[in-house]
Amino acid sequence: MKDKGPLIPRNRDAHPVAYDPGYKTSVARSPNLPLLSMESSPSEETGPTFGHGKLGALDNNLILNWTKGAAPAVGERILMHGRVLDENARPVPNTLLEIWQANAGGRYRHKKDTYLAPLDPNFGGCGRTLTDENGYYQFLTIRPGAYPWPNRGNDWRPMHIHISVYGHSFGQRLITQMYFEGDPLIDHCPIAATIKNRAQLDALVAPLDLAHSRPLDYLAYKFDIVLRGRRQSMFENKLEGM
Amino acid sequence: MQKLDTLVETASQTAGPYVHIGLMPTYAGNAGYYDEEIGVSPIEEGCEGEIIEITGSVYDGTGWAMRDALIESWQPDAKGVFPGQDGADPKVSGHCRFAADAETGEFTLRTVKPGKVKGRGGVVGAPHISLWVVARGINIGLQTRIYFEDEDNSSDPLLARIEQRPRVETLIAKKTGEGKYRFDIRLQGEGETVFLDI
Repeated sequence: MKDKGPLIPRNRDAHPVAYDPGYKTSVARSPNLPLLSMESSPSEETGPTFGHGKLGALDNNLILNWTKGAAPAVGERILMHGRVLDENARPVPNTLLEIWQANAGGRYRHKKDTYLAPLDPNFGGCGRTLTDENGYYQFLTIRPGAYPWPNRGNDWRPMHIHISVYGHSFGQRLITQMYFEGDPLIDHCPIAATIKNRAQLDALVAPLDLAHSRPLDYLAYKFDIVLRGRRQSMFENKLEGM
Repeated sequence: MQKLDTLVETASQTAGPYVHIGLMPTYAGNAGYYDEEIGVSPIEEGCEGEIIEITGSVYDGTGWAMRDALIESWQPDAKGVFPGQDGADPKVSGHCRFAADAETGEFTLRTVKPGKVKGRGGVVGAPHISLWVVARGINIGLQTRIYFEDEDNSSDPLLARIEQRPRVETLIAKKTGEGKYRFDIRLQGEGETVFLDI
């Protein structure tokens, strides 16, 4: 098998800090000691693959998938779409994306969510899909509502959709959140503020995409995702076993 | 000056308290959401090798066993071949998702004991399972590895890189019985697990 090269080391400055007292739960859940850095190995350069066989026809349609198509969810109908690329700007095809979110009122269908906003009997809140050969994906869903959370006295999460991506290797594994253009809560959110590089936070904000909206049906938001790439080299200067 | 044509990786965010809705619907109380869930088991019955069970907890900095962490594992088969590579055991998917029990705070991973893995430059690593831990309060997923106390770990390249030798122990599962191991993860403080940037 041809060596596709090690993963490009993660630029930790592009990511949130682990310890951030503004986000209280991070205080006791962040390592104190530095991470151990080294070049990737097969354990990080390989990863699980998923075929279409596991996926159902409505898995990427959150408006219909909870009721198996019987009744649509309530709320703002939106298309969430975009591409998954790597740091070398190459598309990442056939990779699994999973999303989960609250309903239009900000309530999650999870046994631990006790927020007083009601559940929508026609909305479950999770979806999954595979990117196509160009790294493109799409979900049809309901725009989630903002919701309060027990952090500081009056903290509210901006509208967001959680996203989990595999890429083609375990070392590319990533979970993030998509925010929505113009949401004033983004600048008040301690979780968003764990990202200290403003350009990196802005890259989590999906713009309204009227060109991909469907008239009289749904609005679109575009969200591209960049995963780690691999470093290729024509040179092999290390001696065997070094 | 020219511009680089590389992109910057998308920033991570915490998986939050309701990660199980999306990744483990049955655990979240939404059984039947999908016809088939992802990562339910890393093996099928009849795979080659020794079947083992690894039990443990994820402790926060106060010593509390967390109830809301989600863990993923990735490993090769008993011969050290990863799924997708030539000659891999077709009954080993190598990937599992698991969570702590809401009552006890303990997780159990039932899998096949992995073989040694050959890496770049002919380097051979001791048998290990890669882990990735996400939860509320964890802003970027924490990577670590499980090694085994009844294997020869003396020439593993990753363990050799750990300068403070007592910390090596945090990556080694302790044998508690035939085919049974204990592996606890401590996010912070005394006995803090070694986390990786690979």
